[in-house]
Amino acid sequence: MSGLWHNAGWHGKAIALLLLLAFLAAPLVSDRYLLSVLILVFYFAYLGQAWNLLMGFAGQLSLGHALYLGLGAYTATALWTLFGIGPWIGVFIAIPVAAAAGMFVGWLGWRFAIEGVYFALLTIAFAEFTRIGFDHLQITGASGGLFLSVNGPGADKWWNLGGGPLLYYYLSLILAVGATFLVARLRQSSLGYRWLAVRENPEAAQAVGINIFRARMIAMLISSSMTAVGGVFYGFYYRNLFPSQVFDISRSIELILAPIIGGLGTIFGPVVGAIILTPLGESLTGLMEAFGINAPGAKLIFYGIVLMIIISLRPDGVWPWLARHLKLDGARK
Amino acid sequence: MTAITLNVIVQGVLTGLVYGLMALGLSVIFGVMRVVNFAHGEFTVIAMYAAFILFEVLHIDPLIALLPIAAVFFGIGYLLQRTLITPFIGRAEHEQFILLVGLATVIVNGILLIFGPDARPINLPYSFDSYTVGSLFIDKVRVLAAIAALAVAAALFLFFRYTRTGTAIRACADNLTGAGVVGLNVKQLYAVTFGLGLACVGAAGTLMATIADASPGLAQAYTLLAFTIVIVGGLGSMVGALVGGILIGVSEALAGFYIQPSMKSMFSFALLIIVLVLRPQGLLGRRL
Repeated sequence: MSGLWHNAGWHGKAIALLLLLAFLAAPLVSDRYLLSVLILVFYFAYLGQAWNLLMGFAGQLSLGHALYLGLGAYTATALWTLFGIGPWIGVFIAIPVAAAAGMFVGWLGWRFAIEGVYFALLTIAFAEFTRIGFDHLQITGASGGLFLSVNGPGADKWWNLGGGPLLYYYLSLILAVGATFLVARLRQSSLGYRWLAVRENPEAAQAVGINIFRARMIAMLISSSMTAVGGVFYGFYYRNLFPSQVFDISRSIELILAPIIGGLGTIFGPVVGAIILTPLGESLTGLMEAFGINAPGAKLIFYGIVLMIIISLRPDGVWPWLARHLKLDGARK
Repeated sequence: MTAITLNVIVQGVLTGLVYGLMALGLSVIFGVMRVVNFAHGEFTVIAMYAAFILFEVLHIDPLIALLPIAAVFFGIGYLLQRTLITPFIGRAEHEQFILLVGLATVIVNGILLIFGPDARPINLPYSFDSYTVGSLFIDKVRVLAAIAALAVAAALFLFFRYTRTGTAIRACADNLTGAGVVGLNVKQLYAVTFGLGLACVGAAGTLMATIADASPGLAQAYTLLAFTIVIVGGLGSMVGALVGGILIGVSEALAGFYIQPSMKSMFSFALLIIVLVLRPQGLLGRRL
């Protein structure tokens, strides 16, 4: 990160600091609705960073990240509702559970040389398999869902991740900023350079002695662990979980939108993508409601069109273009 | 084997042939152009709605509506390839994937917007008729749908084998550079291929409408189903798609009957994972 910070131009530093300050102070001036939109921005920026690590850096397309999101969410919330184990402990059980699933998918795929589209389908197959499994898992309420009470003993305490919007606001902000720092740090590390080598040319990377399998597995380990933490947040923020929602392929797809639109394989791409996309989608919904149009699919149609336009015209995403025009990022290639 | 199991298997085979026709479209598109059509199930559902509307408004039997719908779908596929997809030929796989995921999202939510989430059944006069063969009771609609699916698949097979255009498309699939060198109009042939793929989908969707109720929720499930079938059968193998369809159809029917209908696709996904790991080229596919 220090390298990145040094290389950034002075106005890059200024914009980053101002943005951070604005986000820190935002609750002073914004209402609940605006806060809820910002929470979604940070949440998608965070998950986008997690996914981008695997796709953008290690070059492996996963369309089944809902698996890790769902496992993280279900593990932590089930521990709390069934055994009274709080989320701060639960998260350290949720991470290994999701990471184990991720490592298994990765091991199975990469050991047997399943790549590209085939790997993406393998990740979907595992997520869907698990979704149907959880639909029939009685202990977590099966397809009827798992609910977190809001007024049980200790449920409203911040250390049990219960409380008002401010708690979730700052928590999601910390997650997003922390993930960005972590990714920036990894990108500058020797591991980061190994990922890029594996992404750009696996054969050449192997020829210079990089263990491709290992590099990919580490990316999967970090990516699925981070996604699990996002799942814990999801579970305690929404306070209800349905397999048909949290494991659904549309979760996997919506969390890849921000990094793709922002810029695959860039550090700020997922953040920029989330800042652009989420408020646009939300204001579209708001606008439709204001005009009395009840169109539940409109937001997704809009997302779909944006996705097609961006991938057709600017497959590198918005951030590299933005950075070039604002001369923000001296270090980028 | 008890009579009831045999009944379930026969139903599975018949449904599986319609699945197979749908997957055949995907297999043709991927086999020739290496484009992963992630909006496949979405197009299937559009065809189901088209069949539903033609039946409700004009009282046209889906078995007849099949031809015009397939023709229109050919046109849609041709135009889609010409406009949207051509720039993506040869680009990174994930970019194609994302383009079609975007398209799929637009389609499925468009259907939701226009028709709402409710299922739309087609009540044919012979919906509840069945043939009795020994101890077997076979639904008439499934028999007709399966025969029609086989007929369309056979027509496609003959087209690829014996016509000049079909041969030219196979040449593109085998060696793209070579096909260009001998003067084939690759762009045109690709558009025809995508059109044919979607014509399969149009026909399959129309037939599907007679055995399942059209609803937007089916779209994603059918996309995954089609991918599962072609991977199990072998991507790029036309016979493989039909065999894969029958296999998945039977596995769904048995799981739905003996375990739980809501768990039937779990077995398909398990089959997909096993095939991907043990035989990634599919049961009848060529070595990758």
